[in-house]
Amino acid sequence: MRDIAEVLEALKAEPYTEKEVCAPHSGVITFTDIAEGAKVHGFTGMWKEIPGTHIATITREKNPRKVLANERGVMQKVYRELDGTFVESGTPLGVIRHYLTRQEVVSRLLKESLYAFCAPERAKYYFTPDIDTKVKMLGCRTVTIHDGMELFIVSRMKREVPLCYSGPTGIIYDVYFDQQKNVDAGAPLIVVCPPDQQSAVEDVVARVQSEWVEGE
Amino acid sequence: MEWEKQLHQLADRLNYIKDIFPGKHAEDISELENGLAAARERFPDCAAAEVQAGLAALEDLFFRTECRLEDKLTPMDKVRIVRHPQRVCLRDILENVYDNYTEIGGQGEHTNDPAMVIARAYITRKRNGDVYHQPVLVIGHEKGHGEEFRNGGSAKPWGNAKAKHYMGVAETEGIPIHAYVFTPGGYPLEDYPGAAQQIAKNIYEMAGLTVPLIAVFSEGGSGGAEAISLADRRLMLSHGYYSVISPEGAAAIEGRLRGGARASADLVERCARDLHLTAEDNLKFGYVDKIIQEPVLGARPYHYEFFRTVRQEVLRATDEVVLKARGLAPLRAAMLRRLRDRELNLDEFFVSWKLSRAARQRLVEMRQNKFIKASYGEVRNTRSVMGRLGDAWSEQWWEIYNRLIYDLYQRNRRTFGNVVEEVRSEWEMFKIRVLKPWNKLRGKTEEVAVTSEEELTTLSDWDENSRSGWNWVSKKAREDRAVSCPYSAQRGCMDMWAPDLYDEFAGVCSTCGHHFPMEYQWVMNNCFDEGSLYEFNTEVEAGNPLNFPDFDAKIADAKQKTGLKSGCITFEARIDGVQCVVAILVGSFRGGSVGVAEGSKFVAAADRARRKRYPFIVYCHGTAGIRIQEGTHGVIQMPRCTVAVRRYIEAGGLYLVLYDTKSYGGPVASFLGCAFYQFAIRSSDIGFAGPGVIKNTTGIDIAPDHHNCYKALSRGHIQGVWDRRDVRVNLRQALETMGGRNLYYR
Repeated sequence: MRDIAEVLEALKAEPYTEKEVCAPHSGVITFTDIAEGAKVHGFTGMWKEIPGTHIATITREKNPRKVLANERGVMQKVYRELDGTFVESGTPLGVIRHYLTRQEVVSRLLKESLYAFCAPERAKYYFTPDIDTKVKMLGCRTVTIHDGMELFIVSRMKREVPLCYSGPTGIIYDVYFDQQKNVDAGAPLIVVCPPDQQSAVEDVVARVQSEWVEGE
Repeated sequence: MEWEKQLHQLADRLNYIKDIFPGKHAEDISELENGLAAARERFPDCAAAEVQAGLAALEDLFFRTECRLEDKLTPMDKVRIVRHPQRVCLRDILENVYDNYTEIGGQGEHTNDPAMVIARAYITRKRNGDVYHQPVLVIGHEKGHGEEFRNGGSAKPWGNAKAKHYMGVAETEGIPIHAYVFTPGGYPLEDYPGAAQQIAKNIYEMAGLTVPLIAVFSEGGSGGAEAISLADRRLMLSHGYYSVISPEGAAAIEGRLRGGARASADLVERCARDLHLTAEDNLKFGYVDKIIQEPVLGARPYHYEFFRTVRQEVLRATDEVVLKARGLAPLRAAMLRRLRDRELNLDEFFVSWKLSRAARQRLVEMRQNKFIKASYGEVRNTRSVMGRLGDAWSEQWWEIYNRLIYDLYQRNRRTFGNVVEEVRSEWEMFKIRVLKPWNKLRGKTEEVAVTSEEELTTLSDWDENSRSGWNWVSKKAREDRAVSCPYSAQRGCMDMWAPDLYDEFAGVCSTCGHHFPMEYQWVMNNCFDEGSLYEFNTEVEAGNPLNFPDFDAKIADAKQKTGLKSGCITFEARIDGVQCVVAILVGSFRGGSVGVAEGSKFVAAADRARRKRYPFIVYCHGTAGIRIQEGTHGVIQMPRCTVAVRRYIEAGGLYLVLYDTKSYGGPVASFLGCAFYQFAIRSSDIGFAGPGVIKNTTGIDIAPDHHNCYKALSRGHIQGVWDRRDVRVNLRQALETMGGRNLYYR
């Protein structure tokens, strides 16, 4: 866990991620007329059925195959010097700069500055009755938890077993599960915030929500 | 005030005219507007008599203008009339045409599909002081004057299922059905029971329904309309339309518009004209039997005289159908003649609608004949007169031959054979018992053949497929290049060399099993015995029966590209020696669309299979639906071919459909979808409407695998998914295990 202000400063200094577009296999590269600075998009649609922007075509054994953008953003670099040459699998063909959205910034802040306690198996999860009452009456941020505390009930096919929390002491900052639905193994159940950082986290998240300017 | 009310009604009529003629007849419309405005200004200060006279003059002006506009109606204007919220709807008809009715398929929006209304109604008739209540089942689409939940009369698959269920009820109770078609088309979602599948089931059901069925068309939108309209009499409202596709849809296709782009008004108007969708056109083609005249500019709920006309016409149609089904005894013929008298008040004339079992059979036969003969005159057949005579003679010969061989000789031979077999068994047993002591004395033991001992005691050999390759190999296999599987990103498929993929692998990805589309010749030449193919009806050619602009060149181009004369190939072939009749819908010929030529070849093939008692296999290499440029000539192939299929199945044959690549539209929603045995080659898509059409009509995004054959399998549309390389083996298995009682090899 890092200090949230520190994470935010790092994100402000570099409010984007850069992803290389690489050759999926060896072959001769032919770039489309895409220019540096052009906007591109990755796979979109409800089922990701709409292909991304066509960046280049790679031909191997007379088999032309499109190289598509896999991220939304702008083309930061296009290695046009490779046009018409034979490249090996994994050769970078360009770089897409993806500017972080508010949602992504908040998600990264919480991920890096808070502790996530994840589901050990696919099942339905409940808080133990006393915690559940407290969460419902006063909200999750009033509940302080510590390592070894019996916090959850795991319910799967009529089998119910207690689950103890393991991790740093802190308050439950947010709850990510619904009692009616199954949670997959590895999915976060709660995120835990050290008590001294709670106000700082809330403040930073609120600032991000209201002030963060999304890039192109 | 009374005059204000009347002015309000005239304003409504004016708005209606404006809606029907958008941007047209500006002079007439402004004359009416001025007249109305002047009246509004003048009447408050006028005496009552003067107001009356002014109103009469205004009414007269409106009537004269409407009559003038009526003469100028274009087909697209009629489409707008039919779609207008003021148009009469089924509820108006139930209220005004029938004496009493009870909705039985739900009430209002409290039903599984408010677009489909079912009602038990009755009509009261009198004769010589006696009163007769004649019950009838009314089925129809309800547009509900624009009520949103009615979905514009576009019935969902479960709505059509409801209609089919109640058709069965009417059949059980022996009452006639009156079907009112007010639909722009079927709702194109494949959720259970599936749009295409359910329409196909409905058409199949109606092809054998043993009660009189009268259909009245107002808005007949392709497959949706066919779902309830395979009727003994088809009546059509004079301002209605009956078409294979909406003019806007046809314009989008003709204008090659994509992504929901809108066609220009001119193009839509032209397509409406070229589709020949009006009542007059359909009467001329013979797809409707009679036109019911509407008031000027179309019937609206306050045209009470129109409802009387509808009542008289549906009564006349039902009476005629019943009398004809009973057979034309002199008395009935006289009654029929009287029915043709237009002045006759049918409310004071009584014909019982009860039918004997024989009459019911006759009714079905007459209905089937009517549809089999539909569009017969539109077929372009270049076969010589002598050739056709020869075909007719050959058909008759096969009929006689098969009756002699299979009905007379084979049946008796079987009985005789059984007796001989039993006698022989007894004789063998007798011989063994008698000769046993003698053989014992000679020390002769019963010999067991070495070969049979071996067969019984050793494992059988693995019988390798003797065919090392395929008889027919695609041209694509000659290209020296690699091919990627479209699913390589998700499934990690490796590139394949084209000669391997299209030859040895039969177009199947060696990693994930995805089936690449192959030419129709692959199945045609690799799944039937070599040299056993005999093509028939080769002279039937696809044409342009509606003289659709520029279509002659397109069809000629398709013929030249494919080397075929139509999109349907019919032939006889053998599978391991078993003879069968096969029809192929070729996806590369105008997208596999079905028109008059294809329908006629299909009907002839079904008939040939029935006469010869051969199994009938349909390989749908691909079909985009009914050929829109042939208009209702195309759409009538749906009931026509389904009737042929029903006749074949009821004669005891095996009708099997095998889908490949993409199969959509009318054929799937009728003669293909009604088969009891439907299979698909892996990676094929099956459905009613393609993804683009679904998005445009319903606004719903559908998953990329919405039409996938496994989805069709899950909802019970098809019975199995086959690997292309197993088609021959599976067909052989099907010939052995499926089908009816009347196959020559059983």
